[in-house]
Amino acid sequence: MTLKIVKSGLATTIQDMGRPGYFHLGIPEGGAMDRLSMRAANMLVGNPEGAAGLEAVFMGPEIEFTRDASVAVTGAEMPVMVDGEARGTWTAFTVKAGQILSFGFLQSGARIYIAVSGGITTEPDLGSRSTYPIGALGGVDGRAVQPGDELPVGDAPLVAEGRRVPAALRRGPANPAELRVLTGLYWYRLTDTAGQQFFEDTWTVAAEADRMGYRFKGGRPLEFVEREQPFGAGADPSNIVDGCYSYGSIQVPGGTEPIVLHRDAVSGGGYFTLGAIISADMDLIGQLQPNTQVKFVNVDMDTALAARAERKVTIQKIREELG
Amino acid sequence: MKTRYTYGGDEHVYVEMDEEMSLEAFFKSLSMSNAVREADIPGVTEICPANASFQVRFDPDVTAPLEMLKRIQELEHTADKAEKRLTTRIVEVPVYYQDPWTHETVMRFRERHQDPNGTDLDYAARINGYDSVEAFIEAHHAQPWFVSMVGFVSGLPFLYQLVEREKQIQVPKYLRPRTDTPKQTVGYGGSFSCVYSVRGAGGYQMFGITPMTIYDPKQEVSYLRDFLVFFKPGDIVKWRPIDRAEYDRILSEVEANTWTPRVAEVEFNLEEFNKDMTGYNAKLMEALNDA
Repeated sequence: MTLKIVKSGLATTIQDMGRPGYFHLGIPEGGAMDRLSMRAANMLVGNPEGAAGLEAVFMGPEIEFTRDASVAVTGAEMPVMVDGEARGTWTAFTVKAGQILSFGFLQSGARIYIAVSGGITTEPDLGSRSTYPIGALGGVDGRAVQPGDELPVGDAPLVAEGRRVPAALRRGPANPAELRVLTGLYWYRLTDTAGQQFFEDTWTVAAEADRMGYRFKGGRPLEFVEREQPFGAGADPSNIVDGCYSYGSIQVPGGTEPIVLHRDAVSGGGYFTLGAIISADMDLIGQLQPNTQVKFVNVDMDTALAARAERKVTIQKIREELG
Repeated sequence: MKTRYTYGGDEHVYVEMDEEMSLEAFFKSLSMSNAVREADIPGVTEICPANASFQVRFDPDVTAPLEMLKRIQELEHTADKAEKRLTTRIVEVPVYYQDPWTHETVMRFRERHQDPNGTDLDYAARINGYDSVEAFIEAHHAQPWFVSMVGFVSGLPFLYQLVEREKQIQVPKYLRPRTDTPKQTVGYGGSFSCVYSVRGAGGYQMFGITPMTIYDPKQEVSYLRDFLVFFKPGDIVKWRPIDRAEYDRILSEVEANTWTPRVAEVEFNLEEFNKDMTGYNAKLMEALNDA
């Protein structure tokens, strides 16, 4: 069976749980930006949680089905239609052969996840089907889907319609969104005042926000502790000798606009990083629209680990709900 | 050198050997990241060595962050004792300096540059005290380079010049990064040269272009059939200047899959190198004559 792409939306890519193990060569892990939503979509249609589905940002694709299949759409809120008839999000429904899955205008969040029973079975690269366009890996010939593409899907039985993830087990950003930060890395480069400012100010998501990273603006410029720049670092006070970047790390080139690196992160570079978003809050970034207000919240390692455990419990509860 | 340990969120430990770049810091980082790999600590998923630092990514549910940091810290004395030598390879990389493609890009992004009235090479030559662009280009390719990090995107090598610090070329990055850089551009930023493995954004000054493919996701290029990325940390590179005719010839041979880079196996011993850099480099480059 195949999914025929009629319209591709803005940027619709095949994603799974990514390809860890190649970051030391500049090839990021990639995979769904909002992992919890991708997992939930797969669970709803009876797939393994790491099966490949579609991630569509801001705008949904239009897809013709060549065979009956179970489908679930999670993540952002966006009207879902089958041959023009409304269906729900976070629930399993059937699309019959010849029918068209389409979407209305985005209502909240930024990215929807579309899982189809059997999962998308394009050729994996380095162990993953996730699309990484810069390195031309995964996806359809290393790129996002285009009209006319026919995506292969595995064989799998249909699941009962109406299975759903209860609202209490879904997670999206609040308004203003709160992103928890564990300071570290090159935090010491900032003055005490700059460090306080970073957490006091309200930032907004800038237009440059994609799978590689999210840029924020609107806060006061950050000042650096004065020093003679180390050999090889470069002249700007925000420069360091090029080092590795952590997933979720926050760099502030020139002290002006913070950039949070996400799933398709560059693996290293020459800007200081002040810390990183905790792992439990990475999914939330994938659901932030440009112009959303954001507060960065300073937390300690214990809080980060507790949040991580809480997220695991949520995923476990979804498993039990749909088991 | 003073080693600094810190966390990158709850999934990374970041270890910096030194704030400034040196081959000593690179060797220690490489030894330590190798020691971490050999220690096989449960939960470690990625080990990324960089110029003067390295990073370990791990699952904190398997090994708690504080425990992970301690385990890594315990390996420091092993790295301190490790011999600063490598069995590696020297690779000759052809470079077409002042090529038309990077020149077009240089001009297109002029308003983002420190000196909008010249080229990147004019600027780099001037601020490094060279009388002419030709003399500067000569300084760029006369001595070999050391791949001290692979990353940023898709197998991009960062290269560190094997000369005394006072002779090292240093240039700032663009004031604002470009949104475009031709594939296989030979660039420069801080004290590092690089080869852009794919087309895309970039902030390094642009000096030339190589016809040599260094990243091939389809693994069709003969010398990339085993693995899609060519460079690895520890590789030694000798740039060889070429003209347009040779560039075109090599490019068509790469495309026809009949070209392979000249490569020779060599030993690199940091202590010996430090005693007589020019003499040591001459021996490294001699190995290429037999390749």
